[in-house]
Amino acid sequence: MDVFGISLAVLVLFVGFGLLIGVLFGFFGMGGSFLVTPALLVMGYPSRVAVGSGLAFVFGTSVIATLKHRDLGQVDYKLGVLMIAGTTAGIEVGKEIVLHLEELGMAGSIISVTYVFLLGGIGLFVTYEALKGDGDGGVDHDAADADIDADDIPDIAKKIQSYRVPPMISLRGGISVSLWMILGVAFATGLLSGFLGVGGGFIRMPALFYLIGVPVPIAVGTDLFEIVFSGGIGSFLYAMDGGVDLSIVLPLLAGSALGARVGSAATSIVDEGEIKVYFGLMLLGGSLAVAVREIGNVYGIGVFDTVSLVLILGSALLVSGAVVYSSITALREESGSPSHALD
Amino acid sequence: MIEVGTLSPAVQAGVLIGAVLFEAMILYVGYGFVEQVVGNRLIERIENN
Repeated sequence: MDVFGISLAVLVLFVGFGLLIGVLFGFFGMGGSFLVTPALLVMGYPSRVAVGSGLAFVFGTSVIATLKHRDLGQVDYKLGVLMIAGTTAGIEVGKEIVLHLEELGMAGSIISVTYVFLLGGIGLFVTYEALKGDGDGGVDHDAADADIDADDIPDIAKKIQSYRVPPMISLRGGISVSLWMILGVAFATGLLSGFLGVGGGFIRMPALFYLIGVPVPIAVGTDLFEIVFSGGIGSFLYAMDGGVDLSIVLPLLAGSALGARVGSAATSIVDEGEIKVYFGLMLLGGSLAVAVREIGNVYGIGVFDTVSLVLILGSALLVSGAVVYSSITALREESGSPSHALD
Repeated sequence: MIEVGTLSPAVQAGVLIGAVLFEAMILYVGYGFVEQVVGNRLIERIENN
């Protein structure tokens, strides 16, 4: 039976996959399309459709997540607008590169290889930081929206902040950064966003913290605000070239909208420190999945495609399951504590 | 009725993105309502099991 031009089984798969990704998006404040685009590539969709539909999905999900985070006051609108300017230019360049590579018949392979190294690199970094246990590199949901302590600013960000090329821009958290440094970081993340078909959250949120030195809670809120625009512009550009397939985007969004609520609610219950290592492992799983698929393509081993898809779905299931499980455990522990009886 | 296929690529793209935005808003409001109705009951049930 077909619904919206796709089989019922695929429709259920998309809604379920969207639900898993929504949980991750709502909890970590970053992306999801880094899982969607490889999954669509594995399922045999053309690169342009996989990238364009991934961006459109990110756009819809980020609208919902931003509405939920807006009330927390964790958005630096000035920084967000500057990031949008740099990111827009980067996305356009990234999209042109994809279209050019598609003409050469190399887009799928190069996007996949870039994914492997990017996801693998960030996955290793996050896992290392989580195992090191120094509290950096993740979202501290309990952190106050206060000026950042100099000791909490990463060394790279201090270096970037030390370049006093005018005009200097004052940001929330009491920091001041050169306009050109902000635009440079925005362009680089936009380039990756347009090239890989991701909203850029899993690149930009760490970049805002590690490169610019924005406090993590504001980095998350501003990143989500920015993803609305980068995802919207990116998907619009791809849609003009026929790269957005609503039969993919709409069911994914139906699942992710619910998942984002679950993930957002979980942020007030679970300490992310418990989950961060799973997040790093999920990125590594995504990286491994794309690598396996590419090896299968090179050597003509069809079953590797299935292994790859299972790895992607398994990674998302593992981490979103860990978020839900930890939430339930925390709720039960809370209800059993003496303080709860007084509430 | 307007045939979407006869519109320029930019307008067609706008219609597509508008459809995604529309669905997002509907889902935000719809799931928000569901959360209001069953959210507390679900949490109480989890806490008591």
